[in-house]
Amino acid sequence: MKEFIKKIGIIKNRNGKEDDIKKEILRDNIVIRVFRANRTKGDSASYDSFEVPVQRWTTVLDALLYAKSYHDSSIGIRYSCRMASCGSCGMKINGIPRLACYTKISELEGSTITCEPLANFPHIRDLVTDFSQFFDHHKKMQPYIHNENSDMTDKKGLIEFKQSLEDVDKYLQFSYCIKCGLCYSACPTVATDTKFPGPQALSQAYRYYADTRDNDTKERLNIVDEKHGIWRCHFAGSCSAVCPKGVDPALGIQLLRGHLMGFSKNEKKIAKLYNQREK
Amino acid sequence: MMKTRNVILHESQIMKIHYITAIAALFVVAVHILMRLIMPYDMSLQYENVVVNYRNIPYALLLESILVLIAIHGFNGLRIILLELRQNKTWENGITIFTITAMIAIIAYGTRTIIMTNQLGLE
Amino acid sequence: MESPKESKYDRNNREGLKGWLNPSRYGWERVSYWLQRLTGVFLLIYFIGHVYETSSLTRGPDAWNAMLELTQTPWGHLFLILVIGTSTFHSANGIRLIFTEAGKGLGKPGRPDYPYDAMSLNYRQKSGIWVALILAAVAMLYGSSVLLGGE
Repeated sequence: MKEFIKKIGIIKNRNGKEDDIKKEILRDNIVIRVFRANRTKGDSASYDSFEVPVQRWTTVLDALLYAKSYHDSSIGIRYSCRMASCGSCGMKINGIPRLACYTKISELEGSTITCEPLANFPHIRDLVTDFSQFFDHHKKMQPYIHNENSDMTDKKGLIEFKQSLEDVDKYLQFSYCIKCGLCYSACPTVATDTKFPGPQALSQAYRYYADTRDNDTKERLNIVDEKHGIWRCHFAGSCSAVCPKGVDPALGIQLLRGHLMGFSKNEKKIAKLYNQREK
Repeated sequence: MMKTRNVILHESQIMKIHYITAIAALFVVAVHILMRLIMPYDMSLQYENVVVNYRNIPYALLLESILVLIAIHGFNGLRIILLELRQNKTWENGITIFTITAMIAIIAYGTRTIIMTNQLGLE
Repeated sequence: MESPKESKYDRNNREGLKGWLNPSRYGWERVSYWLQRLTGVFLLIYFIGHVYETSSLTRGPDAWNAMLELTQTPWGHLFLILVIGTSTFHSANGIRLIFTEAGKGLGKPGRPDYPYDAMSLNYRQKSGIWVALILAAVAMLYGSSVLLGGE
């Protein structure tokens, strides 16, 4: 097995600024170690290893699908878009929660890549976990706009909420959440507290709190002001460290807490609803 | 849907107390530590010198305030850690009772020391 | 085959206390969370012991001196130096946490772009952790000079 480390020089990002020198480890083959267990059948856990050929841009998902195609077709794996958009392929890769489609083999060290199911989720089979509690926590935050004036069935002619670009920027990054569950897996509170909503749900609570179209700020704060609510977050920051979309849930949670404590005042001006005549 | 919770203190109020006790304790503990430096360290720990401190009413009040602030902050911190370990009703109620009892017990025991030593000096 | 929706909210596959170990996986903020908890519990235990040891004052000078003999030893001094370090770290990091948990010093939400680095994990608040560690080290050094320096 050939392995050599190559410095690929300075990468220029979209803004023309220079990033640090990135290290790539280029190999011909790697061994992928996959966690295998069928919990519905009550199987005990084991690891299966597969040798997979890799190229410079091969992702962990590519390697897993190669192993599934040519070695063992019974590997249980969830994936869909292959481009970090759907959030299906979240798993622990070398101990850290990552998206398999977004992690290149060349950015991982070692000749063996270990793939395990996401921690803190009930396990179903191999790399597949149960997201029902995760989604229930999200639903508990009432992830939709609360604005009684926007009832479309009663009032005819309503067109849109007027929101400036500055208003949108206040919540936009939190709306990019793809519900991949990596943050939930990384959180130390979720590791032990079954009632804690998790960073995803709490950051979505802030996403709707900060949205100028929503006018029910008091109720949103009440939902999270609980013994096992927002107060069990201690800013360990692991959620933001693993988020693949730059949502930065830790930021959302601390900003929401600032409003809850009264440190940050709620200066939100509710967005005006325009109807056809006014336009 | 507005949820009504029958609680004595909301979690946000408990956490505000946690932060306030932290900041207040910082100042009073700093004074307490600096008192060991007003004379050579070994001398400052001799029985008579310590008792004289307790006879000083403002210092005795300072010690009492440290006791109360640190007991509340410390045991509330422990409550937070223990709450995250298990989430059934028995455990949670047990922790609440334990931490409040422990707070009261340590404040009572420490106050006993302060009052008795203060009285000792007057004999 | 059991439907996944029927799974209970059990502790299945939660990392549990093991998830609190090895904080270096996720960066400095996770390390500071771990240290804050560790130092907090340690200081609570010390506080209980300290309230008990000072109660020997009420039993007269003999009891007090017996207590001093137990605690004013090299190991006792080392323990106290550890207490000085942990209390300094816990206080300094605690002040940092009071600000950051209120949303101060974390920057404003914006439009994320590659490489999607989190704004909240910026150096401004991260340096608070390093300052807390440095202050703790300095306090321990000063404490050593007083306790072990033989003044």
